[in-house]
Amino acid sequence: MSSRPVPAWSLPPGDAPAVEAPEPWREALTREWAIGGSRGAVDVCIVDSGIEAGHPLIGHVASAHAVARGEDGSVRIVEDDLGDVVGHGTACAGIVRSLARDCRLHSVRVLGAGNTGAGELILAGLRHAIDSGHRVINLSLSTTKRRFAEELHELADDAYFKGTVIVASAHNLPVDSYPWRFSSVISVGSHERPDPLAWYANPDPPVELFARGVDVDVAWLGGGTLRCTGNSFAAPHVAGISALVLAKHPELTPYQVKTVLRLTATNTEATP
Amino acid sequence: MSDEQGAAAAGVMGGDEETYRALLQSIVDVARAIFDAEASSVFLYDEDADELVFEAVSGQGGDTLVGTRFPSSTGIAGFALVTRQPLVVDDLSNDPRFSRERAASTGYVPNSIVASPLLHDERALGVLSVLDRNGDRPFGVAELELLARFSTQAAIGLDLLLRARRARSALAGEGSAALVARVAALLDEEEGDDGARLLEALERVLASREP
Repeated sequence: MSSRPVPAWSLPPGDAPAVEAPEPWREALTREWAIGGSRGAVDVCIVDSGIEAGHPLIGHVASAHAVARGEDGSVRIVEDDLGDVVGHGTACAGIVRSLARDCRLHSVRVLGAGNTGAGELILAGLRHAIDSGHRVINLSLSTTKRRFAEELHELADDAYFKGTVIVASAHNLPVDSYPWRFSSVISVGSHERPDPLAWYANPDPPVELFARGVDVDVAWLGGGTLRCTGNSFAAPHVAGISALVLAKHPELTPYQVKTVLRLTATNTEATP
Repeated sequence: MSDEQGAAAAGVMGGDEETYRALLQSIVDVARAIFDAEASSVFLYDEDADELVFEAVSGQGGDTLVGTRFPSSTGIAGFALVTRQPLVVDDLSNDPRFSRERAASTGYVPNSIVASPLLHDERALGVLSVLDRNGDRPFGVAELELLARFSTQAAIGLDLLLRARRARSALAGEGSAALVARVAALLDEEEGDDGARLLEALERVLASREP
């Protein structure tokens, strides 16, 4: 059990303390500079329960893989044509697509029947996504198993140095979970505004950003939609916005993308 | 060992299952009252079968659902379990796929659900869910936050219940724990103190031996 304070799950309306940034930075780094335009499609990977390809809100899925466990217990990556049997990954993919319409969506299925909370499957799926060179990975999940924390930490650092932005949904229960706490990923909680392009920098980490996560109409299995609330749906908003930043500025590192997101956040103000 | 003796021995070893069941029932009853909701449930995650089991139910279906199972990765409770994240889902009755599955398993189709994983130490023990607020009021962030915190209590209750069941299971076996429990149960019913004195003497002998 953690002795640290429980992080706020969401940002109450009207309660977004300003984050200060030097005036020249704030003036130069506008949203128009950050996300206005594209120099090419960005590869975004949803490590989750799979994606329903062809959903009206999602369209084409560039690649789909699954983590499978062999009879001898070994874990391997296989091509996947099952899609999504849970619905969670489809919901996340639809949010990313709604913001980054031109991105290439990839799926690595680590959740689903028989895969409930299996930390080694999440590790294997994340490792595959990083090795594939995707620029953005959305992780709307976490593991509570401490024995996986060190390897997850190494993977998150590996992604960071290879130029892959990992966006992870933050947790609000009084237990430690990973990898959202690591500084090499971008952790996201929810705000209550219905604006998908409103995001807030948190002056009180470990949650770093708040994005739309309340009453979100998400893609649902069978081509439909559902209205959902949760940090699981806030993270893909930041994944989509990160893809927009990288579409315009493919040379940026994860560190620089995080800086751009902070400097262009809705609550960041210039200091003279 | 009779059921009564077994229960007494389990109480000595790991706590009383019935008490913990009552605790879980109280938790779902209070959750339902706090949220002014149609129903509330605690699901236990059966890791071996990879299924969620209704362990306590308040409201709709309460009489028949306890013990009912479904695959852990399906449904909104499955969402919360597999992702370890609490969430709210609305407009469920508009989704024919969900409605069919739900109606087939429980006979009740909710319009909205708020669900939170029951995390205790490193493990996900199950899910706490609340269905449909009265008066067409939707679940919001405040309800989600409250349920997430409330789920800590439910997780502890579920952990105690599992410990009691493990103790009971151990007592049904042939190991030394079962022997001690059988003796403890018999001592409980003994009128004199001969048995207790004999055991105290045994304790002194064992304690005086070289390690």
